[in-house]
Amino acid sequence: MLESLLAPGGLVLLRDSVEWEGRSLLKALIKKSALCGEQVHILGCEVSEEEFREGFDSNINSRLVYHDLFRDPLNWSKTGEALPGGPLEALRALCRRTDPVPVTIALDSLSWLLLHLPCTTLCQTLHALSRQDSCHGDSSPGEQVHVLGLLHEELHGPGPLGALSSLAQTEVTLSGVMGQASAHILYRRPQQRPTHQLPCETQWFSILPDFSLELQGGPPLESQPNPDPRTPSTDPTTHLTFNLHLSKKEREAKDSLTLPFQFSSEKALGPSSTDVPKVIWAWVEPDQTLEKWPCLQAAVLRGQEARWTAGSTAPWAEPGYQPHFL
Amino acid sequence: MFPELNNLLNTTPDQAEQGKLTLLCDAKTDGSFLVHHFLSFYLKANCKVCFVALIQSFSHYNIVGQKLGVSLTTARECGQLVFLEGLKSAVDIFFRPQEDPHPLQFLREANSGNLQPLYEFVQEALKPMDSGEAAWRCPVLLVDDLSVLLSLGVGAVAVLDFVHYCRATVCREQKGNVVALVHDSGDAEDEENDILLNGLGHQSHLILRAEGLATGFCKDVHGQPKGSS
Repeated sequence: MLESLLAPGGLVLLRDSVEWEGRSLLKALIKKSALCGEQVHILGCEVSEEEFREGFDSNINSRLVYHDLFRDPLNWSKTGEALPGGPLEALRALCRRTDPVPVTIALDSLSWLLLHLPCTTLCQTLHALSRQDSCHGDSSPGEQVHVLGLLHEELHGPGPLGALSSLAQTEVTLSGVMGQASAHILYRRPQQRPTHQLPCETQWFSILPDFSLELQGGPPLESQPNPDPRTPSTDPTTHLTFNLHLSKKEREAKDSLTLPFQFSSEKALGPSSTDVPKVIWAWVEPDQTLEKWPCLQAAVLRGQEARWTAGSTAPWAEPGYQPHFL
Repeated sequence: MFPELNNLLNTTPDQAEQGKLTLLCDAKTDGSFLVHHFLSFYLKANCKVCFVALIQSFSHYNIVGQKLGVSLTTARECGQLVFLEGLKSAVDIFFRPQEDPHPLQFLREANSGNLQPLYEFVQEALKPMDSGEAAWRCPVLLVDDLSVLLSLGVGAVAVLDFVHYCRATVCREQKGNVVALVHDSGDAEDEENDILLNGLGHQSHLILRAEGLATGFCKDVHGQPKGSS
């Protein structure tokens, strides 16, 4: 897999994410290039030189030239240790190097450069960097410049991602399932590859502690990829001790139920269903009910408001009293 | 500190790792308990702590710290804790001469550029003692929280640069630790916050994420923590 990634030359774009990091694959490619006798220039923006060289043996490390943009990229310390000219000048300096041997240039990371440089400037510089084999008139046809760029795709919009993709000869998108990493490889220049090689393929792999690459057969068949790690993969309503669902009969009964605040022909109290029944206040003897007052009952049906007035004595105390209305 | 969280992370104050960036993240819940945990953890580990507290007052953290077994007042008096009280400093900055450098200088500027003054404050607070003999175990920077800097007008790239420099100085040079809390806006589609969260996710050695329950609010269970490294 590593040979097929490095064979076409030009820009190899490694697209990773927080869940599936790509720095290990980048270091595996660097190790492969170094073992092939190439000198490797690394523009390090995100990790320190010590951290980047961890895991490489002395033979590999002797072939790595680390351009440190991590320690003081923006010249805040003012100690003179920062690379002169900032990140853009450091990148352009890589274009101007005059190493005669085949060389690999690793950008760790393109995302950091894209966040600090204009996209157009970065693309122009990358284009110049990737085409260095045609710039040096005395270079032999077999010598190519390999540019490896690590890109954290969640940090950028579709525009910059598309622009960088169009510059790449090979695009590798890292993902995986159930802890097993995979690389979806897209070759953008099919005519430069062996005829038996497909334009795109997916390889399952793992990176060993010494940054050797081991191909895997793939994840178990029953595993399902979870496209969005923030969405829960299990139904929270499972394994409940109470029933949250409705049967068909219950749903029909619920849909046909008329709510108290909804007016309907069934709920009309008199000749006109739009009359709103009013509250009446009435003193009622304990052994009397409203049904014994037919005139009062009629007032209720017509929606009229009636109210008793209290006399000096309780109305019901007077013999033969009649309710009167206001 | 919470012993249960120490068990989950397989660590103790005596065996605290060094040179690491830990990202604390919360989604649909309050992850500030993680900040209180790490504050008490590193004070008990005898580390020198620089706490950039932008959310709550000193007394709030002190009250919670006392419940977790540490006294921030004592730690500050003996020089173990350097506390930047953002709520108080944000008011002070408007009543001092503009020429005087201030960690929250960006609040005065119409176009909030970068957080270099804040970085220089952290660098000064955690620089090794001149005597050569370390009184404290290792320096630790704790930030609560980084999302509020976005709300105050600082760009995501500027915050990432600030954390980058803190990592270079505290983690790499001084072999200390950086712990920072960032809120996950979830479905709010906050592009700047997503860039900050994902950018820090790529830089971090450990990500601790506190999530609310998928079934919604619960009085007794507030959420679930997830860790990834």
